[in-house]
Amino acid sequence: MEVKTGEKRTIRIFNPFFISGFLLVFIYLVLKFGIHPPIPSSLIAMYMGIIIFAIILYISSSESIFQEFLHPINLFLTLDRLKVPRTVIGIFIPLILGFWSYQMALPKYEPPAGLRTIHPAPPDEISVKDEKIVLSKANNPFRGDEVEKYKKEGWEIYFSRCMPCHGDNLNGNGHWAKRINPIPINFRDPGTIAMMPESFIFWRVAKGGMGLPDEGAPWDSAMPVWEHDLSAEEIWKVVLFIYEETGFQPKKWQ
Amino acid sequence: MVDYVTIWGISSRDISWVFAQLHLNLAAFVIAVPTFALIVEIIGFKTGDERYDNLAKDFARLITISLSLTSILGAIFLFVIIVLYPKFFSYFSQIFGGTMVFYAMLFFGEFIAAYLYYYGWDRLKNKKLLHIFIGFFLNSFGIAIMFVANAWVTFMMMPSGVKETGELYSLWEAINNPGWWPLNVHRLIANLAFGGAIVAAYAASNFLSAENEKEREYYDWMGYVGNFIAVSALIPLPFAGYWFGLEIYKYDQQMGITLMGGVLSWLWILQAIIIGVIFLGINYYLWIGMERIEGAERYRKYVPALLLVMTICFIIWFTPHSLVASLEEARKIGATLHPILSVLGIMTAKNTVVNIMILSTFLSFIIYRRSGKIPITSWARLGNFIFFSIIAVVAGYIIFLGIRGYFVETTVRINYSMYQVLAVLFVFIVCTPLDVAIYRKSNVIGSIKWGHMPPRSQYMLIVIAVSFTWLMGLMGFARSSSRLNWHVYKIMEDTSHSAFVPSLGYAAKIVSLITIIFFIMIGVIFFLTKMLEHRQEEKFKFIKE
Ligand code: HEC
Repeated sequence: MEVKTGEKRTIRIFNPFFISGFLLVFIYLVLKFGIHPPIPSSLIAMYMGIIIFAIILYISSSESIFQEFLHPINLFLTLDRLKVPRTVIGIFIPLILGFWSYQMALPKYEPPAGLRTIHPAPPDEISVKDEKIVLSKANNPFRGDEVEKYKKEGWEIYFSRCMPCHGDNLNGNGHWAKRINPIPINFRDPGTIAMMPESFIFWRVAKGGMGLPDEGAPWDSAMPVWEHDLSAEEIWKVVLFIYEETGFQPKKWQ
Repeated sequence: MVDYVTIWGISSRDISWVFAQLHLNLAAFVIAVPTFALIVEIIGFKTGDERYDNLAKDFARLITISLSLTSILGAIFLFVIIVLYPKFFSYFSQIFGGTMVFYAMLFFGEFIAAYLYYYGWDRLKNKKLLHIFIGFFLNSFGIAIMFVANAWVTFMMMPSGVKETGELYSLWEAINNPGWWPLNVHRLIANLAFGGAIVAAYAASNFLSAENEKEREYYDWMGYVGNFIAVSALIPLPFAGYWFGLEIYKYDQQMGITLMGGVLSWLWILQAIIIGVIFLGINYYLWIGMERIEGAERYRKYVPALLLVMTICFIIWFTPHSLVASLEEARKIGATLHPILSVLGIMTAKNTVVNIMILSTFLSFIIYRRSGKIPITSWARLGNFIFFSIIAVVAGYIIFLGIRGYFVETTVRINYSMYQVLAVLFVFIVCTPLDVAIYRKSNVIGSIKWGHMPPRSQYMLIVIAVSFTWLMGLMGFARSSSRLNWHVYKIMEDTSHSAFVPSLGYAAKIVSLITIIFFIMIGVIFFLTKMLEHRQEEKFKFIKE
């Protein structure tokens, strides 16, 4: 289908200009509303940036496509009969930009989007109740023949201590979780405990949010320090439990 | 003696950072350019094709001025360290004093060789072998200089040959520390890629300011060669980086985690974005380049598919594992890690897509090469069938390993990434000669019309060069920061007030500043080099071919 314009100049409906515009809107809508749970806007912005870049590359990689792409823009800017829409757009663009800047400058009452290191580097060695533990060497003492028994004991500790935050399903969805930021870790996510060695998890449980190294800043993690309430053995047991229950294998130090 | 000196309240760290990186950028350039000057000269000598000799000389012309500027910056950097970090420097010279003298001597050699190489070009026209020999020396000096300096920086990361108190007991061990060879190899390759990109940018800027068709033809070709070198070197680069990383892990677990998973992990996302831009840019340049070859229309239809594959790979590649989310968004996601994205964010996905990107770039090169030709070899059909089957099978294999990678142990997965790399290398080794063989006998339906490139292709070359420079600065920051608050890791602590690792945003600003200064300097070098060009006419002789 072709649209006739006054000067007998025509624009194809399938002009690259319209196609790319349509494509951008479509992809944006899919990213924004098509994915559950929604992905953060910072990431959508990054994705859209790349896609715009790719589309520009494609259009300008061929002279003929490039000219065709420019065609509607040229017509819009030059045709006499389009004077009114041209003026309207000419007024609107600065207005939109102005409004946008205003929005950006408005004070916000939301904590700024944070860049947090979820798995900071652990120290070489920690001491729990005066006992020195070298993390790269430490192994879970309860991994042996009686895993089932110790898992059961770990289970008890978990449900009395950890469940309110990390959830009865171990997915970080405990009933306190809603009020905590950052959110308690979801152990079932392949990106959390599944990625770490067991002694790393031991360290995180023993030392909690307070024990995070400098790079774990800001220190707003609500994860309690457990070394005062639990013995080293109990911590190993609960660690054993969360691995066994989720079915993940701890990683080895490489 | 004081430990630290601050001048005018400017952070000593930032001053030495800027000078070190500028010196390094120029040094990389000045070590790389002789290498391709020599290679191109040898090609010219072997084939007897005059234009290669001219191109080589054009490269060589860039050497002398850049070399002077490099050494000036090096001297300033040294001065900065001596003045601002007196205690550190005195310790360092206790250990490496001897090598510093050696270093200075090498520099002399480099200078002499550089001048002989460039100014002897015409005089030794008839004694080409002798000239090539000088070129060989020039390269050896350059590389030796770099190796010495590498020993210093890797010692600071992975001190060896010293007691825990810092006393030296073996100079050789201090030099031959675990990081030395990986860094040597990594930098050697990176220099070629970087140098190629800068040379291409040089050609591009000359193309854009060219006054006649002949100049345009010549610089178009030069830009193409520079870009080709950059790509060829870029492809093996990640593997050398991998090796370096592995040695870091072996030497000190904590340092490895800091670098890869800890404070600096976001830096790799940035790195991924830049490398993605470089890859897309390179492909784009080839695609535009096809416009100047008659017969390339036949291949045009593959471009959208290649672009689509590359874009998807790119998106997966830089998808971060953890997210920058506002509180409200984090609530909706319901966990710290987004279920879909945390799948795309891990190593096995990234290794896979990066290999696919390399394969796609290879394909772009292949269609570019084939653009103007039709093979008339009797077995061309069969050959092509085999050719594309190999690529399809390898691509399938890489993706298969990538998916398997989710279900296996880390130790196994590390092997997978090796297999993926080997599969890509296999394609290069088998398919390149196969392609040459298929096209050995071919009808040329359109030759390359050098010089018929739209300006945007040249701007892309400049974008690529800028990206390379920025990337180098960023990686320099990563390597230095992995030491955290140590001058010499776990031997000599940094007790100055700028001992902390600066935020990524701050680092990005400094790196951008360095990149801007570097391009101003490069601009000056290009300008001076142009003035050095006496006999314009001679150079464009080849064009009549
Ligand atoms: C007050 C709520 C709360 C309780 C109770 C709690 N946690 Fe946590 N936990 C958190 C929060 C919040 C985080 C995430 C902190 C962060 O991102 O730094 C966390 C993180 C962790 C991590 C880090 C995982 C990783 O991938 O680094 C482990 C392991 C962990 N918790 C185990 C436990 C165990 C075991 C218990 C019971 C003994 C427990 N937690 C009890 C709130 C809690």
